[in-house]
Amino acid sequence: MSVILDAKVPEGPMADKWDNFKEHAKLVNPANKRKFKVLVVGTGLAGASAAATLAELGYQVDAFTFHDSPRRAHSIAAQGGINAAKNYKGDGDSVHRLFYDTVKGGDFRSRESNVHRLAQVSVNIIDQMVAQGVPFAREYGGQLDNRSFGGAQVSRTFYARGQTGQQLLLGAYQQLSRQIGLGGVTLYNRMELLDVVVIDGRAAGIVVRDLITGEVSSHAGHAVVLATGGYGNAFYLSTNAMNCNVTAAWRAHRQGAAFANPCYTQIHPTCIPQADDFQSKLTLMSESLRNDGRVWVPKNPDDARRAAEIPEAERDYYLERIYPSFGNLAPRDIASRAAKRAVDSGAGVGPLKNGVYLDFSAAFDRLGQPVVKERYGNLFDMYERITGESPYEMPMRIYPASHYTMGGLWVDYELMTTIPGLYCAGEANFSDHGANRLGASALMQGLADGYFVLPYTISNFLADWLNKPIPDTSHLAFKVAETSARDRFARYLNIGGTRAPDHFHRELGKIIWDYCGMERTEQGLEKALSEIPALYEEFNKDLRVTGDGESTNQTLEKAGRVDDFFQLGMLMCKDALDRRESCGGHFRAEHQDAEGEALRDDENFAHVAAWEWTGDPMAPIRHQEELEYEVVHFQTRSYK
Amino acid sequence: MHFVKNITLKIWRQAGPDTAGRFEQHEIDEISDEASFLEMLDILNERLIESGHVAVVFDHDCREGICGTCSLMINGQAHGPQRGTATCQLHMRKFASGDTIVIEPWRANAFPIIKDLMVDRAPLDRIVEAGGFISADTGGAPDANLIPVPKPVADAAMDAAECIGCGACVAACPNGAANLFTGAKLTHLNLLPQGQAERFKRSESMVETMEEYFGSCTNHGECEAACPKMISIDVIATMNADYFKSKFKNRKKLSRT
Repeated sequence: MSVILDAKVPEGPMADKWDNFKEHAKLVNPANKRKFKVLVVGTGLAGASAAATLAELGYQVDAFTFHDSPRRAHSIAAQGGINAAKNYKGDGDSVHRLFYDTVKGGDFRSRESNVHRLAQVSVNIIDQMVAQGVPFAREYGGQLDNRSFGGAQVSRTFYARGQTGQQLLLGAYQQLSRQIGLGGVTLYNRMELLDVVVIDGRAAGIVVRDLITGEVSSHAGHAVVLATGGYGNAFYLSTNAMNCNVTAAWRAHRQGAAFANPCYTQIHPTCIPQADDFQSKLTLMSESLRNDGRVWVPKNPDDARRAAEIPEAERDYYLERIYPSFGNLAPRDIASRAAKRAVDSGAGVGPLKNGVYLDFSAAFDRLGQPVVKERYGNLFDMYERITGESPYEMPMRIYPASHYTMGGLWVDYELMTTIPGLYCAGEANFSDHGANRLGASALMQGLADGYFVLPYTISNFLADWLNKPIPDTSHLAFKVAETSARDRFARYLNIGGTRAPDHFHRELGKIIWDYCGMERTEQGLEKALSEIPALYEEFNKDLRVTGDGESTNQTLEKAGRVDDFFQLGMLMCKDALDRRESCGGHFRAEHQDAEGEALRDDENFAHVAAWEWTGDPMAPIRHQEELEYEVVHFQTRSYK
Repeated sequence: MHFVKNITLKIWRQAGPDTAGRFEQHEIDEISDEASFLEMLDILNERLIESGHVAVVFDHDCREGICGTCSLMINGQAHGPQRGTATCQLHMRKFASGDTIVIEPWRANAFPIIKDLMVDRAPLDRIVEAGGFISADTGGAPDANLIPVPKPVADAAMDAAECIGCGACVAACPNGAANLFTGAKLTHLNLLPQGQAERFKRSESMVETMEEYFGSCTNHGECEAACPKMISIDVIATMNADYFKSKFKNRKKLSRT
């Protein structure tokens, strides 16, 4: 099967494209909607909002989550906020400006039309979430409060203390719960997707495994939506939740869905540095802290004094020095690399010298501790619980960590993958952030896809299937997929080696972080591409999974996820190797200017790289979707 | 780096909901005090797997204290000894060398054990499905700033909305009551202007669904003490008041005011 990348961007000027699409899209009449079944996999922001909205419209929806409850998805951990072009502050924001900032922030590697639509519907998201009862922060007059957020010069970020993701997810979860109660959505919890079934070139359904009983079963539908999150856990240590994995997207990829830009991974500048070798995950400290915190390292790398004892003149506020106009609010990729340079130069702070300071003493002087506490109190408490140090008494220590993945399944303007009938929403797709995502834009994209895009685009596909029979789960293709899934899990149990899945995950993560992390080189990537297959071979020979396949077995679940991370890891490195330029989160050391800033190559790389699975994880085929910029013109990103 | 040494773990092992359980003892010789409690269990599990034993099953996910998945009784306390802290945010520096730590699953009739330390908390979702929402279909919402919400009201709603749905309140309650959980959701929605239209219907259906699954509240206050988000027991008073009113308010008349 050859992959055709037709983005299906609607006609007309940029600002009219979405309206043009909606005016011409095929509809399904209300009485006919109940004849269609849509399977939604994943119940985070994108999945829950899509499932709830599709059910409200009248479709039969089956929703799947591997959690015990839809309320657990990792959208819940987003702290800082959600962007929207409301211009409530009257500070010059507009749909165009949000669109422009997002394209520029993405380093000119996103599809303009998708980004414009995202900016347009951003305003509807806030309206919808307020109607749902999300307790956003308010001004004393009762109006919504906004703040500015990493990389933006306007205040367009709405927030609910430091728990914006939690409150938005609970809003979407409540809306989904309402539909579950009304019978519009059937929820399958503690179920993990193992395969996507394609029959006659159309996504016919999915194969899932019940995580309690181990039972493998099939579900058929008219359309399938994957809203299964990103693959940041490929690095092992990341700010993702422990169970985040790439399996759903990867299994779809193996069935023919192109995987786009896997090398675009975002390293978040403000995480708590690793404390020891067996740490299981890293914790993010919201980027909003950079609004009031100042980043510095001692000028003298050997300075052993406590932070407070180091005089101003002996501190290097390097972000303010190098990027005077954005200072501590420089975009994530730029702030992350600057921190890496500081630590690599030996100026790192903390017991392992693996962090930089984020200092609030200037904010305490300017605003007083109570105001700072109101803004960030819960984050300070969290920091203290983890490190045992109080940010009120000494500066926080931070360091970049894997946080978000811009790459994902390739989708067209309608969010359909290269498999007809298979949609992909939220972080799992590649569409809106280009090579780098701006802060407070992930929540926006997840909800935009689920609430305001998919419900319109999915009818455009379903309308043609009215009253046409679709295969049910007795079809041979479902049986074949079930058998292969069962065999795969039986194989993990039977390898009988010596090392647990976590051991391999940790080793794999180290390779990917070292060679395909914040800085990549041709040599390093070549090395990774020889080390990963070797480790994968060892995984297949020396894996040990204890327990059985007929009851809850988290070791077995983990084995399947690590297997898929191995194959994805190879693709990430291949993609990073073939993209011979630096852009956004992808920094190739060979492509930088004299000051160490990224050098893009618009002539040769202004395209999406979408990979086709061939059966051999080391031999995928690269396809290109050329990116054309009608409105925003190429420029070098400068935040100086 | 400092270490905590010679920790004895007594962990509840149970193969399924209908089988008998037992305590299993493990020794941890030395562990960094920077390690989280769950990282200690990770290390134990890796050791168990690599020596051919079956790993201990426990629920966990974000490890940032926000998803509400983790759920352990540690030395008889839900989420362990540190106030306002979920199990995943508890660190080994809170324990001393030589300690014996007893680890059990949530204890409540409404939460049957699935395996080892993992329980089924689905009844909490049933309560939300019964009315823990504002019925506002996607698409028809007015401009967000058309509904002013006084800051104190928004703040109080947010205090209640912080609930992470972990179920510690139920596990800590001698009666296995879910009043703090239900009260928190009701208070969040009933305080807001957007929540007024369904206020009394919501109160009635959520409370009555809660009563189908959970025990009754007798004002012990254990829930507030165990809550990792330190949600105030005041939410139970708000819930009781609204539930009481829901039986007497003339809703036709209410809908006109």
